[in-house]
Amino acid sequence: MATRISIPTALRQYAGNNSSVSIEAPTVGAALKTLTAQYPDLGKHLFADDKLRSFVNVYVNDDDIRYLDGETTPLTERDEISIIPAIAGGNAKD
Amino acid sequence: MDSQLSNDEIRRYSRHLIMPEVGLQGQQKLKNASVLLIGAGGLGSPLGLYLAAAGIGKLGLVDFDVVDESNLQRQIIHGTSTLGQPKHASAKARIHDLNPFVEVETYNTALSSDNALDILRPYDIVIDGTDNFPTRYLVNDACVLLNKPNVYGSIFRFEGQASVFAVKEGPCYRCLYPEPPPPGLVPSCAEGGVFGVLPGIIGTIQATEAIKLIIGAGAPLIGRLLLFDALDMRFRELKLRKNPNCPVCGSHPTVTKLIDYQQFCGIAPTSDGLTDEERITPRQLAGVMGAPGTHPFLLDVREPHEWEIVHLNEATLVPLNTLAGHFDELPREQEIVVYCKGGTRSAKAIDLLKNAGFHRIKNLEGGITRWATDVDPSLPTY
Repeated sequence: MATRISIPTALRQYAGNNSSVSIEAPTVGAALKTLTAQYPDLGKHLFADDKLRSFVNVYVNDDDIRYLDGETTPLTERDEISIIPAIAGGNAKD
Repeated sequence: MDSQLSNDEIRRYSRHLIMPEVGLQGQQKLKNASVLLIGAGGLGSPLGLYLAAAGIGKLGLVDFDVVDESNLQRQIIHGTSTLGQPKHASAKARIHDLNPFVEVETYNTALSSDNALDILRPYDIVIDGTDNFPTRYLVNDACVLLNKPNVYGSIFRFEGQASVFAVKEGPCYRCLYPEPPPPGLVPSCAEGGVFGVLPGIIGTIQATEAIKLIIGAGAPLIGRLLLFDALDMRFRELKLRKNPNCPVCGSHPTVTKLIDYQQFCGIAPTSDGLTDEERITPRQLAGVMGAPGTHPFLLDVREPHEWEIVHLNEATLVPLNTLAGHFDELPREQEIVVYCKGGTRSAKAIDLLKNAGFHRIKNLEGGITRWATDVDPSLPTY
């Protein structure tokens, strides 16, 4: 069974405009690697020097992976991964 | 100083007073409370209206913008009759019309490291309705330093986030996001758009949380991040934890006073890295386009739906995020003038083009918006 990764609006344009992508992987890190191999542009937004960017949080179900086992957090088939980047909505000038 | 409710106020708030969760005591607390709204825009509109209607004694409004037509798709505290007015004044008038018992204090200024502590200090609760990262981190840090609850909300397109950062009990914004994204990596609302109802929903959630904090009812949104997706019509909740190593609210803070938040967010003042030779104003371009001879190649780097709204004659559309795949289709010998809505995306495009070996490139200063103002007022602006 594949794990569902939900892609936030702000990053969908780099993921083929998908709102979620299903990936079979044993850990969060492996799932993200497969995802970014599939969508290299998304990789640039999620990782810098192979490290998850600090304004992008990754959750397994409702828990931040920083408080689980990070990218080695194991996945089971019912788990859902959420990518939650910082957003700053309003009326900033273009 | 506590003041009692008048008979007029008792009549006005009767639907609160007959609920035991609010009651006379709760309503009295609302009357004696003060709330500061940072921003009187999309989030600030429902916040200002509902907090005023609920009978908050004192509302502070920080905003230095003026009401623009493009605001009215979502900023419902303002109106067609207040176009061009300062937002703080427009909002104050509307609040007083809704509830004359509310005292409104306005701050016609940009919140900065120099004024933030003084502006925030007199208020019980601060509500973050800002639209940019520097102000968001500034509000967060100021609230931590002053030990004030910060009711957070943020929106993008169809998605919103809300939480309550109250550091005695829970995490702060920096526990959630220790560092801001570098400029340009996350699109702004002006580039990405925002669904008009969305700030209504998120701002109303913020107002709900502020009122609950004041009357002490229910379970506050502390340590929880509420996510809302209007397209899927789905609410979700994620756990937020206090980061023991948080630079501002952790046990050994390294940020003990307000810093330079523009610099922290990597925003260099007014520098787009272009030389004077790489700029052209709409009037200059109009002169060139109106003259006989070879015209420059006009490159529009906006999105197709923006092109549909308005574009320049003779222009070619290649959206910025697809530009790298289309270098072969651009003329290397001819001069290229790049434009977008306001001049920011086109400056990024020029960077890409220069790295790809293009030399004769110019940025249309102020984009198609300024073209419409300076050259062709018959064009729509958006």
